[in-house]
Amino acid sequence: MHELSLIANLFEIMEQKAKEKNAKKITYVKLKVGALSGAVPDLLETAFDIYKKDTIASDAKLEIETVPLKLKCKECDAVMEKDDLVLNCEKCGSTNLETLAGTDLYLEKMELEVD
Amino acid sequence: MKKKQIMILEDLLGSNKKIAGDIRKKLTAKGILAINLLSSPGAGKTSLLEKLVEILRPDYKMAVIEGDIETERDAERIRAKGIQAWQISTGGACHLDAKMIGKLFSEIPPDLDFLFIENVGNLVCPASFDLGESIRCVLLSIPEGDDKPKKYPKAFMTSDALIISKTDLLNKLPFHIERATQEGLDVNPKIKVFKTSAVDGTGINEFARYLIEELKKLRCSNA
Repeated sequence: MHELSLIANLFEIMEQKAKEKNAKKITYVKLKVGALSGAVPDLLETAFDIYKKDTIASDAKLEIETVPLKLKCKECDAVMEKDDLVLNCEKCGSTNLETLAGTDLYLEKMELEVD
Repeated sequence: MKKKQIMILEDLLGSNKKIAGDIRKKLTAKGILAINLLSSPGAGKTSLLEKLVEILRPDYKMAVIEGDIETERDAERIRAKGIQAWQISTGGACHLDAKMIGKLFSEIPPDLDFLFIENVGNLVCPASFDLGESIRCVLLSIPEGDDKPKKYPKAFMTSDALIISKTDLLNKLPFHIERATQEGLDVNPKIKVFKTSAVDGTGINEFARYLIEELKKLRCSNA
């Protein structure tokens, strides 16, 4: 359960951005969670709800979008989404693949209340 | 009061990645190969290290960072072999992060060849945290079962080497080494597979040779 440390990092970023914009409140937060980011969306939600109390985001709504694992073959340029965890190219069988999406965990956007 | 949406697109592990990148740059510049060892608890990380240091000690200088939730036990086992070791007790945290390694940085002798980092025993959380290592190795021991790479893919996907440990138990337990190897290669076609036993010594020399090769590569790319 490392989701609490991830949410602690999230709040650091959120609070810094809110300060830069002179925001009074954060009302909405959207995360993009890669299928292979290593974080579990349900646990992120739980950690967010625990963490947000008494912060600038105490009433914020959290939205999580899951991003599937997306790969590009470096041999034949095919782009594919994978959920079977067999990481070779569906078209040519090559194992020389580049990850395009699905392994990261991003704060995509948030909504602020400003004067 | 008005509402305003702002785009951010910031990685939640961005600060960890930055610290890890700095650590990797500094260690590489000193010609030190850092190895992050991952596995579930009890897969034999410390036992593997005990055997490895015996093989490497005559020709190479090394040190070990031990990560555990509590106790100095693992660091004491390494110190008993005459090797410098630091214990990081995370006090409950399930993984090491780059900041914890950064705090120790000034104590790391600059003339090391190998710096081993034994992560907290956990096949899930440590996989997400770059520690600034050059090589990541994941251990899978025979008693854990041969189906783990696809159940815990991130640890195997992000590793350079898979060490199937405790092979002395192969004739006692229904573990299919071909299945474990295939699962490892499915999730990570580039992973190098080693089969070791710290009890009868199988495969430890081969793994040591791999690390020596990687050390040479690191120093060649520095030159």
